[in-house]
Amino acid sequence: MEKILEPWPWYITGPLIGLMVPALLLFAGKSFGISSSFRDIGAMCSPRTKISYLQYDWRKTLWRIFLVAGVVIGGFIGNHLLSAVPVPFLPETYYSLKGVTLLLIGGLLVGFGTRYADGCTSGHTIMGISNLQWPSLVASISFFIGGLIMTWLIFPLLF
Amino acid sequence: MRNIRVLILGIYFGIVLVKGQVISWFRINEMFLFKDAYMYLVIASAIAVGIPSLIIIRRLQARTIDGEEIAISNKPLTKGNIIGGIIFGLGWAVTGACPGPIYAQIGSGTYLAIVTFLAALSGAYVYAIARPRLPV
Repeated sequence: MEKILEPWPWYITGPLIGLMVPALLLFAGKSFGISSSFRDIGAMCSPRTKISYLQYDWRKTLWRIFLVAGVVIGGFIGNHLLSAVPVPFLPETYYSLKGVTLLLIGGLLVGFGTRYADGCTSGHTIMGISNLQWPSLVASISFFIGGLIMTWLIFPLLF
Repeated sequence: MRNIRVLILGIYFGIVLVKGQVISWFRINEMFLFKDAYMYLVIASAIAVGIPSLIIIRRLQARTIDGEEIAISNKPLTKGNIIGGIIFGLGWAVTGACPGPIYAQIGSGTYLAIVTFLAALSGAYVYAIARPRLPV
């Protein structure tokens, strides 16, 4: 039990994440992916929209709303019930005007980028690569290129 | 009923993301700084489980527990995979969270991540508007 309360090692975490791929297929017949939920919520919130990307019946993809709602609940359980000491996941320095601005810009890039790339780390890097899809490998390499540009070239200008 | 099963899988995924510290800004930063192999090993071992499980599902022509056929659609290669991918990567390094972890961060009590979430929704909305004018 004490082992569960500590942070888990990679060889537990990674395989447990990988299991999401067959589990979601076998229990629900769905391909693993998270970032499409942004589109679903967009479609849900704009029923009479003229934007074609959001013109579909979100009830047909309602399962994804259940998935991300579960992730929120799981986040609570993991940090409050299954951790000896709940830990923060963002730097202290982000609790400032500058930090909030960075999260706003970063969040915009995440939402825009994942939809344009047609997937995120879940849908491309885990599900897509597991399915041996070249486009997913290309997308995943692009995610890393973006991350490296930000971390090595832009961060030094920001901090 | 199926949605309840998906909800439970989501809870499972959220717990793993938190306990594996995959939702930690610091872990993501260490990954991009090449300071720590942890995230690379997590991703590699997740794929190492994902690949054979899909091969087995295909070989056995496994069905869902509702008895339905399992269809896995292929994604076409687009310019968006690269351009959108890089844009997402820029945001990922700043927020320390890809979409799954954004939800888990909020649940874990890092409420500042609500800012990331609302901004990501707006970003997806901007994409929806801009889509007809973007290279495919």
